[in-house]
Amino acid sequence: MMTDLARKALKHAGLVLLALVMLYPVLWMVVSSLRPDNEIFRRPGLILDSLQTHNYGEGWTALASPFGHYLANSAILVLACIIGNLVSCSMAAYAFARLEFTGKRLWFAIMLGTLMLPIHVIIVPQYILFSQLDWVNTFLPLVVPKFLATDAFFVFLMVQFIRGLPRELDEAARIDGAGHPRIFLRIILPLMLPALATTVIFTFIWTWNDFFSQLIYLTDPEMYTVPVALRSFVDATVSTSWGSMFAMSVVSLAPVFLAFLVGQRYLIRGIATTGGK
Amino acid sequence: MSALGELQRMRRGSGGTLGGKRDNKAAFVFLLPWFAGLLFITAGPIVASFLLGFTDYNLIQPPTLNGLDNFVRMLGDARLHNALGVTLIYVVVSVPLQLAAALALALLLDRGLRGLAFYRSAFYLPSLLGSSVAIAVLWRQIFGADGLVNQVLAMFGIEGKGWISDPSTALGTLIVLNVWTFGAPMVIFLAGLRQIPVMYYEAASTDGAGKWTQFRKITIPLLSPIVFFNLVLQIIHAFQAFTQAFVVSGGSGGPSDSTLFYTLYLYQRGFANFDMGYASALAWLLLVIIAAFTAINFWAAKFWVVYDD
Repeated sequence: MMTDLARKALKHAGLVLLALVMLYPVLWMVVSSLRPDNEIFRRPGLILDSLQTHNYGEGWTALASPFGHYLANSAILVLACIIGNLVSCSMAAYAFARLEFTGKRLWFAIMLGTLMLPIHVIIVPQYILFSQLDWVNTFLPLVVPKFLATDAFFVFLMVQFIRGLPRELDEAARIDGAGHPRIFLRIILPLMLPALATTVIFTFIWTWNDFFSQLIYLTDPEMYTVPVALRSFVDATVSTSWGSMFAMSVVSLAPVFLAFLVGQRYLIRGIATTGGK
Repeated sequence: MSALGELQRMRRGSGGTLGGKRDNKAAFVFLLPWFAGLLFITAGPIVASFLLGFTDYNLIQPPTLNGLDNFVRMLGDARLHNALGVTLIYVVVSVPLQLAAALALALLLDRGLRGLAFYRSAFYLPSLLGSSVAIAVLWRQIFGADGLVNQVLAMFGIEGKGWISDPSTALGTLIVLNVWTFGAPMVIFLAGLRQIPVMYYEAASTDGAGKWTQFRKITIPLLSPIVFFNLVLQIIHAFQAFTQAFVVSGGSGGPSDSTLFYTLYLYQRGFANFDMGYASALAWLLLVIIAAFTAINFWAAKFWVVYDD
């Protein structure tokens, strides 16, 4: 069975090579951020002669505020969005999965429809609404929708999860005299922790990376989040330091990478059961 | 099952659970945030943007009705026509390539391959990073005149060019970026493959069917709903591409409007020029185009998607 073994080895070699090609640009960016500026345009390899961290210091202070300010803004925004999604999407999901009510099929179909709704179609009236409320340059236009269960992806994810929980548990609690709020809080929520974890991680990564709505609503440099700050960096340093821009790009990707390492299991399960982005 | 499967089942009227006691009051309380979101954040603005499409509005003066002016203007708007072309090329080229890569890799990784978890992670990671500004910054460098791609080409004695500054290749670099994020559909394919019972293959083997026949007669039909699902979602997703074109072109859609995605043009009209009436009309056209693509997909599904329920 030599040919079989050879074929297997060849397959693995091919896969490893492909993985390397795919991840190479990112690895190269990390390495390049630790090199002097002039080497970025000359050295395609990954070997470092010396470890230079000055790009990080320069990048950190290159904009109006230290980069930590933007990281903090993004962290606050992400945290608020996570709380909003957890609360509002789990409530909606409980209703769709466990309650019977008038027009349920229609509402559920509408909810699934909004899953595919492009944000660009609603952004203009939304912007007009929020600017009339004087919410532009606050985090409210980005956070409030999350408290209103507008991320249908998570509602659907949780509906699927709750449907998989045995109904006998609810029935038993109901016989003991528990109402819906109690069943939801005491029985369903604790059992749906995996779905909640998936929600936390996806909300984290998507909000952290989201550029379009943050670009539109946050125009005051004080309020900049990481993506908007990084983009203003690109415009400010067209011909100058790629090194410091790479350094801050690496800083901005690090939390996503960490979330990926910690939450891989939930990400892959979530995307496999609902087919995310 | 996926959201699309759910919708299709509802359309055919075979899903849903009715009967039993109704809990309208409790349901209303639990759905209150969602109803408010529907009213103010999603459905309400759809209606509002439809109405605004028939007005002239700059955010300072109140909107004034201008009938069909915005739509007439679209007919003569050369930049819009260009943006439509750019976006269509992007969708039609990058989505099939991305899904082909996803399916090929999913098939290679299926069935007890050693190191599956490692490969899956390595291929999935780019789809988490791909939509970030940081990766767009990186793309700007690697496809620039002195970028990584040309440095590697130089090692083979090939002289490259400024891939992003050349209008004939700029869009190509963004297509490459979208194909690079094939990991997410790949994970969905892998989950779908795992649901095909092994005994089908075993039975086919005993009947003397070769690998290729098994692939054509078992894998492809049983995976077709997942292919359909990925196709619909990725097309909708690709129509909305924005960040990468914005960062790579510095917000202009250049060079020579070659990366002017529809969404980027909409952003320029609405949020750089505050031409809110026209931007609303553009938004509605986008919705109609995406809905048309989705409807065609659903219609065409009758001919190639196999449902076993």
